[in-house]
Amino acid sequence: MRRRAILGYGAAGVGAVALMLFVGWWQVDGPGGPEPVGQRPVALTEMDFRLTDHEGNAVGPETLIGRPTMAFFGFTYCPDVCPTTLSDISGWLDDLGDEADEMNVVFITVDPERDTVETMAEYVGYFHPGIRGWTGPEEQIARVADGFRATYERVPTESGDYTMNHTASVFLFAASGRFVTMIDYHEPREFAVPKIRRALAEEMEGAT
Amino acid sequence: MKKYILTSTLAALLTLGGFSAPALAGLEYVVVENAWSRASIGMNRPGAAYMTIRNTGDEPVTLIGLTTPLAMMPEIHETKTNAEGVSSMSPAGEIAIAPGESVALEPGGLHAMLMRLQEPMTEGDTFPLTLLFDDGGEVTVEVPILGIAARGPED
Repeated sequence: MRRRAILGYGAAGVGAVALMLFVGWWQVDGPGGPEPVGQRPVALTEMDFRLTDHEGNAVGPETLIGRPTMAFFGFTYCPDVCPTTLSDISGWLDDLGDEADEMNVVFITVDPERDTVETMAEYVGYFHPGIRGWTGPEEQIARVADGFRATYERVPTESGDYTMNHTASVFLFAASGRFVTMIDYHEPREFAVPKIRRALAEEMEGAT
Repeated sequence: MKKYILTSTLAALLTLGGFSAPALAGLEYVVVENAWSRASIGMNRPGAAYMTIRNTGDEPVTLIGLTTPLAMMPEIHETKTNAEGVSSMSPAGEIAIAPGESVALEPGGLHAMLMRLQEPMTEGDTFPLTLLFDDGGEVTVEVPILGIAARGPED
């Protein structure tokens, strides 16, 4: 009898330890764990923002769900990184050919004060026709940037003007709205097209 | 004070001939290659120009500034992208080029920032850009203006 009770206590103890370990794992590294600070964008399905595209249509995260998405933050007064990235994206879309038609491609301004709907329309008109320009009120831009975990900051310049520091990575989302990966400005740009293709293929597998 | 300026005729010939401005002007030991820029939308936005500056001499040279009739405030700026993927831009200051070395002004890095444009930058046009060096030397290069979506000097 006595021996049995001890065994019983022992089993309960082992069980308790196992449970504690499991709970610890769940909360720290597992599904219950917090996202590391400043890390992955949330899924488009979890975002909430209202913007206007360059043709004046109301758009939001739901506009992007159902097709894979490539998104980039910038501003039209940007002389260097933004036109370069939009040129790169245009080149990638050319390389993707018909596959490009299956994607959403959006350029979201971080400078809504200067980038009106009309300004965005003119600007995106210089690049691949698949690229859409999105703008909106400042607080909505803040919300979309927050969802993407993108940052931007207004910086005064010597000439009395201002420029914007901003996240220059290109974000890739699956058709389901799940964040897949990003293309950093640091990366050799020729790796981009295979990466986009992989992101598209990954979604196909996920769908089957 | 050495000052040599490429004549506009020669510049025009070079441009017409499809040379990407292997600028022969000025300091004979500074060679500027593959200069290009993008067209602007109007005059309110700053422009950017890119090129490779090669020091073929035996002494270091230091680029201290720029002038151009196109822009009231041309400066060398540098775009930096940090580990979090955030890009920022600031004046680069003086740029020393060791003998036999070159400095590339290219998208996403060092570039000639053309602020306070005096006229729109129109695709197909060119403009003169003068590089100022610390020994008083100058090199003027005729920079072709490509399309807004250009990716490099050959676009």
